[in-house]
Amino acid sequence: MGGQGLSRRTFLKAGGALVVGAGLGRRGVRPAGAQTIPSADRFLGKPLATDAVDSFLAIHADGSVTLFSGKVDLGTGARAAFRQMVAEELDVPIERIAMIEGDTALTPDQGGTGGSYGVSRGGMQLRRAAATARQALLGLAASRLGRPVGDLEVGDGMVRPKAGGAGVSYGELVGDRRLGLPVDPKAPLKAPKDFRYIGKSIPRPDVPAKVTGRNLYVHDLTLPGMLHGRALRPPAVGASLVSVDEASIAAIPGARVVRLGSFLGVVAEREWDAVRASRLLQTRWSGGGSLPDHAMLYDALRAAAVVRDETIARRGDLSALTAGASGLRTLAATYRWPIQTHGSIGPSCGVADVRTDRATVWTASQATHRFQPVFARILGLPTDRVRLIYLDGAGSYGQNGADDAACDAALLSKAVGRPVRVQWMREDEHGWDPKGPAHLLEFRAAMDDRGEVAAWETQAWLPASTAGLPTVPLLAPEAAGLPQPAGRSSGQIQQNVDPPYRFPNVYAVVHWVADAPLRTSPIRAPGKVANTFAVESFTDEIAALAGVDPVAFRLQHLTDARGIEVLRTAAARLGWQPRPSPRRADPGAAVLTGRGIAYIHYKHEETRVAMAMEVEVEPASGRIRVTRVACAQDCGLMINPDCVRAQVEGNILQTLSRALHEEIVYDRQRVTTVTWATYPILTFPEVPAVEIDLIQRLDQPPLGVGEPASAPVAAALGNAVFDATGIRLRTVPFRPDRVKAALAGRAG
Amino acid sequence: MTRLTLRVNGATRDVELDDPDTPLLYVLRNDVGLTGTRFGCGLAQCGACTVMVAGRAIRSCVTPARAVVGQAVTTIEGLGSPERPDPVQAAFIAEQAAQCGYCTAGMVVTARAFLEQNPRPSEREVRQALAGNLCRCGSHLRVLRAVLRAAAAMPGGR
Repeated sequence: MGGQGLSRRTFLKAGGALVVGAGLGRRGVRPAGAQTIPSADRFLGKPLATDAVDSFLAIHADGSVTLFSGKVDLGTGARAAFRQMVAEELDVPIERIAMIEGDTALTPDQGGTGGSYGVSRGGMQLRRAAATARQALLGLAASRLGRPVGDLEVGDGMVRPKAGGAGVSYGELVGDRRLGLPVDPKAPLKAPKDFRYIGKSIPRPDVPAKVTGRNLYVHDLTLPGMLHGRALRPPAVGASLVSVDEASIAAIPGARVVRLGSFLGVVAEREWDAVRASRLLQTRWSGGGSLPDHAMLYDALRAAAVVRDETIARRGDLSALTAGASGLRTLAATYRWPIQTHGSIGPSCGVADVRTDRATVWTASQATHRFQPVFARILGLPTDRVRLIYLDGAGSYGQNGADDAACDAALLSKAVGRPVRVQWMREDEHGWDPKGPAHLLEFRAAMDDRGEVAAWETQAWLPASTAGLPTVPLLAPEAAGLPQPAGRSSGQIQQNVDPPYRFPNVYAVVHWVADAPLRTSPIRAPGKVANTFAVESFTDEIAALAGVDPVAFRLQHLTDARGIEVLRTAAARLGWQPRPSPRRADPGAAVLTGRGIAYIHYKHEETRVAMAMEVEVEPASGRIRVTRVACAQDCGLMINPDCVRAQVEGNILQTLSRALHEEIVYDRQRVTTVTWATYPILTFPEVPAVEIDLIQRLDQPPLGVGEPASAPVAAALGNAVFDATGIRLRTVPFRPDRVKAALAGRAG
Repeated sequence: MTRLTLRVNGATRDVELDDPDTPLLYVLRNDVGLTGTRFGCGLAQCGACTVMVAGRAIRSCVTPARAVVGQAVTTIEGLGSPERPDPVQAAFIAEQAAQCGYCTAGMVVTARAFLEQNPRPSEREVRQALAGNLCRCGSHLRVLRAVLRAAAAMPGGR
């Protein structure tokens, strides 16, 4: 690394040393988890390139191993799964493996944590590095023992002669020295028959600490001399700060105002004093108040200027839609998905220590490496003088307010010259986290006299993302007038607007529109949740028009064997009774029951999920009760099946919540749904029975798990409601007033 | 300056507050140093800040610290530790009933207080008892199983 590495080491050390204090200073309790390894800073200056084995792991003299992962564990089980993958390839007992995550000074840049790529990409990089290391260790042992590699075997961190006799440990072979090797993409991986760790439901290392209140979240970090801060957001989106009456908080001990343009914050020695100051501070703002009319959200999206059209799928021709040929029946429908928040239970928090020549930021960011240069530019520091360190936060499911809170803390710390912790309040998170954008999808289809789909057309209107934008713009630099990447991003929200079925004539286009009412970011399974709701509901409409059972209709048009298997498995698990939907129920019944199914082949190339469910609908109240869910998923190789199961459970329940309850509403000034009372989410009494079949594919590569099962949930729900009532719900959320109105429309 | 003496997890703690109305949550986290109790909403709508006062589950984000003077306060740390978890915590670990874990302390404390009152609950009663505790990750199914498992394991349990 030479002098530059030494320089970086010196500069970053002070920040890192504070982690030691955080880890040990809490009444002798050292929290479990990744970021509290007290001696982590001894690794400063280590390689970080993604093609070097030493970037990913270090083997210590005592035989223990430290992993360095750019991808982080957001409560998903990556902390278990990554260790399992490395334990497997290195042949080291899993309890001897420690892990450091998302620290820009210590971990390689493996891209942000998202897109369900944690294991399939990030974990596989670790696995290949470990496999390369294993080969190197065998070579070193062969020299040491004077025997050919073929005569040696590896187990529990030791290399031994197969014939017996003295072996040599990894610690003796390497002993904290670097291996100095490039990752060999062809290094042999363990065969499934030899798996000891992969495929086992090993308990997550962070759960005991989380359950006993000992896990260190970024919210819990305390630094010497640290102040508590709060950022004050304007009363209207886009408003400018005119004046601040600092005397209005004079009575609060130690409270100070920080103002940078229209970025406004308060700091105080005590957190409650910072909260009080933020509430009492008298301010005047001007401008803003120009948000569009929320009641016209979808009309505005449909009428918005289109930046460009992107063809997602095109095969055959759509003449059946317009030819007016005899025997053809056509169908058209419009589907709408609202703006939603990530809805993290803990409002976002960040802690920053910004000095004149360097900065350390502790953050629950899903993308510390991407934000490192952004923070450096905002703070006016060289990138290599800025260190972002991941610490656990409340679940974020995309980009919530975590990066904004971290940036708030950084600007306040820079202004006051002391470490600052900023935790958002509830109204900040609901009101100002970047939102999942609204979706509008219009469909047309034609069916011939044999019930075959002669044409399918999707048109989607979605807010355009800015090409090459590294990170979502943050609130604080925007208000302060500081430079940062400008634009919009929502993730890959165009994926899966086209059906997964082998219809001969398909056209799917996304009309990218210039703007959206509120700032956007990726939200779990970006776009796929809304698009699959629409595509799989419309598929159900076609099946109903054809008078074909919804499962049978899908199976008729699916050629992918793994997709067929999950559909059959979920249907069987639910006890699916084949018949066309809707069922013919007594319209006067107090409770109507139905079942629905939906399917996703995630991004058309990854995980397959089928989701079936049973619902009860109460016409008098419009209330939907989901009674049972049956899900089948094929995500290839599962490293830790119980962690996979937990992700599937979470996808199901979170998306039921989004489909049944959730919509962000705003007036002309700002978001108005800023509490759990006005933005309700799923509660325990509503939770259905859930049965999950996971298909283990030991001989296949691992595919994503964190998102896919969320995609088919809303369509399965809407299809079940249709089965029960004959009413097609095409706009989320399915709140009782909307359901009641739809049912009344039928009656009328 | 307001001086209070609190009893937290069996220990006596003297604290000094700038504001006599300071919520118990901030005192526990920042003055007593027990950060397992979490800020979620400040409005008693989510349950992340739940602690026990004299055996009853309360929302520490809306309870002034002065209101609990003279009463026994029990936080998540006071129930047990990773090495010696209480029966509810042990059941949560056995069921792996946490993802991000931010809501978990509130769930555990609510469940513990509930089981003290109702040691043999039905699943329906557990759901009602936790109706005011929000979880975003979707750990509900495991939490329900964990509470029922704890009920079976606790003295006098079913």
